[in-house]
Order: sequence, then structure tokens, then C-alpha cells
Amino acid sequence: MINLRIDAQTTDAVATPSQNGQTDAILMTRSLNFWYGSAYVLEDVNCDVRPREVTAIIGPSGCGKSTFLRCFNRMNELIPTARLEGSVVFRNRDIYDRAVDPVEVRRQVGMVFQKPNPFPKSIYDNVAYGPRVNGYKGDMDEIVETSLKRAALWDEVKDDLKKSGLALSGGQQQRLCIARALAVQPDVLLMDEPCSALDPIATTRIEDLIRELREQLTIIIVTHNMQQAARISDRTAFFTVAESGAGVLVEFNDTQKLFTTPTDPRTEAYITGRFG
Amino acid sequence: MDNARSLPRAQPAAGTAASEPGGFDLTRSRRDSLRRKLVERGVHAILFLCALISVLTTTGIVITLLGETIQFFGEVPIVDFLTGTRWTPLFASKSFGVLPLVNGTIVVALVAIVVAVPIGLLTAIFLSEFAPTRLRSLVKPVLEVLAGIPTVVYGYFALQFVTPILRDIFPQTQIFNVASAGIVMGFMILPMMASISEDALRAVPRDLREGAFALGATRFEVVSRVVVPGALSGILAAVILSISRAIGETMIVAIAAGLQPQMGFDLLRSMETMTAYIVQVSLGDTPQGGIEFRTIFAVGTLLFVMTLVMNLLSDLLVRRYREAYE
Repeated sequence: MINLRIDAQTTDAVATPSQNGQTDAILMTRSLNFWYGSAYVLEDVNCDVRPREVTAIIGPSGCGKSTFLRCFNRMNELIPTARLEGSVVFRNRDIYDRAVDPVEVRRQVGMVFQKPNPFPKSIYDNVAYGPRVNGYKGDMDEIVETSLKRAALWDEVKDDLKKSGLALSGGQQQRLCIARALAVQPDVLLMDEPCSALDPIATTRIEDLIRELREQLTIIIVTHNMQQAARISDRTAFFTVAESGAGVLVEFNDTQKLFTTPTDPRTEAYITGRFG
Repeated sequence: MDNARSLPRAQPAAGTAASEPGGFDLTRSRRDSLRRKLVERGVHAILFLCALISVLTTTGIVITLLGETIQFFGEVPIVDFLTGTRWTPLFASKSFGVLPLVNGTIVVALVAIVVAVPIGLLTAIFLSEFAPTRLRSLVKPVLEVLAGIPTVVYGYFALQFVTPILRDIFPQTQIFNVASAGIVMGFMILPMMASISEDALRAVPRDLREGAFALGATRFEVVSRVVVPGALSGILAAVILSISRAIGETMIVAIAAGLQPQMGFDLLRSMETMTAYIVQVSLGDTPQGGIEFRTIFAVGTLLFVMTLVMNLLSDLLVRRYREAYE
């Protein structure tokens, strides 16, 4: 099988250096293969994610985008039959090493899900959940306020922090989930199609938020929406389904380059809408 | 009909050999649909009749209960019945205060709940959140076996096995005592408690668990701070149904708890529950039609009202927790 992936290292040479000049990857996958039971889901994925950038993951349904995303915070292992080979390196440490505690990984690599999933608790308790389970000893009110501000939700809910998180609108719920993730102060935020359940206005607000958060942390976002990837991401990874039935990384490049001058015919077919 | 004729001609032209022209015969399909309609209606009628049977039975029971109960309250004032603390309808000096029976019923039910709720809830949490699939498929059937044991067996288990142990530990324990009946009843309702709680725990959406895991919560923190609070109303419903079951349980108390209507909370003494009293009168030589005999209908009605209220309460709770995620 031919694997037409473009190695991140080679694209770095041509890529324009990012704002702060950092090129060292914060997250890397090496020869990452993944199975659910006997289903082959990801095939030999090598991918470098740079810090303080927004990396978008696009591709047709069933290409393993979400599974790939979930490899970064070991969420996949909650499914009993999941099996992973290869390595995922976070800050020079293989997070699948036996000595690594997945709980610690998830504290540093936060996640926002496709469907807003606030706990059936108050807004305050939703945001405070993460710091509490992580044994945060400082001023809880302050961390709740800061997190809600960072998620651009504070002004809408500041008088009503005791209200149930479920009473908010869909877009507000998703921002609450972002605030909840930020309260743990992660370095990386994984977002699994965070806008797919939202209306266009709520989507715009989340996208604005992603652009702001980009200054402070690394974001990896799976999206079905190519325009969204083009609007918010610095670099884009295109996945598709290989002949083996597993997802492969076809092309990974600066977002602008990937959308204007794709090097792989499969990428071109996908972004011009001929497939997927 | 035009279609039907043109289709077989078109098919060879398109090069497909297989054809099924029968589907276009209108007369046959009309007969088929008539038959189908009759079968539909027949099934509908049979199902309706079956449902009707249970409604009629319930109505019949309620009417019988109420008729006799009203007659009973014609002779005994309802206030005396509900507030009196002496229950001696079978003696020469009759007294119709039902409270000793209610007291016995509640005390036995409480003991059963103290046994069943913690063990049942922890079992449910283990099965739904911690047990590997293989272990789960081993434990569940064992629980179901526990649920299938006849209550008379539980009764003798209480009398012949648990009571002697209690008497070894607390020598003042009476042969018939509340503790042994209550404990064994707890094990009898354990499977129900566990299974309803497990359903409630499993109904907590996976999203919520994942959300908590993604924040760096351990499995225990996910269970204790998200899953159990999320399933709380379902768990409460399980508790209430268990209480209701304990109140209505007859055989164990009739065998192991004794037949002495008494007030108080001494678990090592004998007490009579409402159900045990009904058994006592039904099986004994109490003449039918007298006031003594009618007491069982009054007690039965009270029991019916108590369990009905419990079931309505749990229904309400279950509905509320369903709404929580929708």
C-alpha cells in the first residue's frame, strides 16, 4: 500500500514560520496504528502538532478523525476493545508509556465534545468540577470567573451561576464546556466537531473564541466543515479511508496551501467537493 | 396495469434475466391486503382483551376490598382504627387499633431496606461502571437466581439459619424476631434494588462520563460525582419500590417474624406485620362474615393504599429523571 503522507518535518522547511517562531512539535504521533476489536481504524499516522497553533483535522465520515483526536488524551482506552500501536509523544514523553497516568494526561490535554455535555449541575459546579477532582486548593471563585471569561461566557451568566448548566442554550452550553475544560488549565485543547450541533451564530462565537484561545494554548479541532477549517486553522490535516479500510493521513500542510495547492489528488478531490 | 405489462418487456432489453411480475397482480394483492387487515384486527382484539383482563382484575380486587372495608368501618370508627395502639380483634376484649401492625410492617421493611439499599446500590455501581463484561455476565444471572427463589424458602432460611446465628450473638433473641425476617427480606429485594439502580446508572449518558474523564477525573470520581448524582432520582425510585416490596412481602414475615402485634423498635422481639395478620386470619378458623374476618379487608385496603402511594411516588421520580437528559 502506498502511503502518500507528507512528513511534517519536510513541510516545515517550506512552511512560513509561525508567529513566535517555535517549530518544535508539542504533540507527535509516530507509526500510530489503531484498532477497535478487529476493525482497523488508523494506519501508520505520523503527525506533528505545533504549539499555539490551531490544527484542523478534516476528512470524510469514518476516516478515523475522532479516533485520532482521542488518541491524544487516551480517551479511546475507555472502550474495552481499543488497541493502539506506535507512539503519541507529548512534550517529549510517550503518553502511552506504562508509567504514564492517563488521568494526568487528560489534565494537560483537555477536550470539548461534539454535543455539548454539561453535567446536570449548576454553571459554577460545572466549571469547578475539573479543579475539584484535580485537588485544586486555591480560590475556586476566581478560577470559575477566569475560565468563564476565557470562554466568553462570563457576561451572560455572571448573575446566575447557580442556574443549571442544562438551562443554557446550545451555544452557551458548548462555551460552558470550553470553560470547564479551560478551568483545568490544559496546554492542549482537543475539539471534536464542537460546532456541529450549533446554529450559525453560535458557531461564529465559538470560532471567534478559538481564535482568541489560540494565543494561549494549542488547539486540535476535528471538523466536517471545510470552510471552518479554512477560517480558523493554521494547519490542516486531511484524512481519508485507505484500501485497508483504515484511516490514513493523506496530507498535512499549512491550511492555505492545503486548500489552494493540494499535492495529493485525493485531497484535491475532497476539497473541491468531488468526494466525501 | 400499463406498467405491469411494460416492465417485463423492458427488463430483457436492459439485460437483466431475473423478473418477478407477480407483484403487479392487483386482484391477488387486494385479497392479500384484506386478509392482512383481518389478521391485524384479530391481533389487535386479542391484545386488547389481554390488557382488559388485568384492568378488570384490579377493579374487581378494589371493589371487593372497598365493599368489605366500608362494612368494617360501619362497625369500627375509622379514627379508632388508624390511631389505636392495641390490636386484639381475635380476643374476647376486642380492640381495633391497627398501629401495632403498621409499626411491625415498617420496622421489618426498614431492616430490609438497610440491608438491600447499600448492598444493592454498590452491586449496581460495580456492575454498571467497574465490572469487566465477562464478570458482569457471571454476576447478573446469579442475582437473577436470587430473585427467583420462592419466598417461602427465604422464610425458612430466616427461621432455621439466620435466627440461630442471631441467638448465638444475642441470647435474648426470640425465636420469631424482626431482625432475622428483615435481614433475609433485604436479601430477597436486593436483586430488584440492584437491577433498577443499574438501569438508572446506565441511563446516564456516555457523554457525561466522557466529559468527566476528559477533565482528568478518575473512575471513582466520575462515578461518585457525575454518574450517581445523575442517576439519583432513578436510584430513589428503586429504593421506594424496594420499600413497597418489603411492605407487601408476606411469606418471610409470616414464617419468621411471629404473630404478636406489638409497638416498639426492639428488633430481637417478635412482631406482627399487616401481611402476616392477613395470613393468620385467612388460614385460621375465623368464621367468614364476622367483624373479625372483615378486619383483614380493612388491613388489606390500608396495605394497598400504602404500596400504591409508594409506587406512584417512584413513578413520579422515574419520570423526572428521564426528563433530566432530554
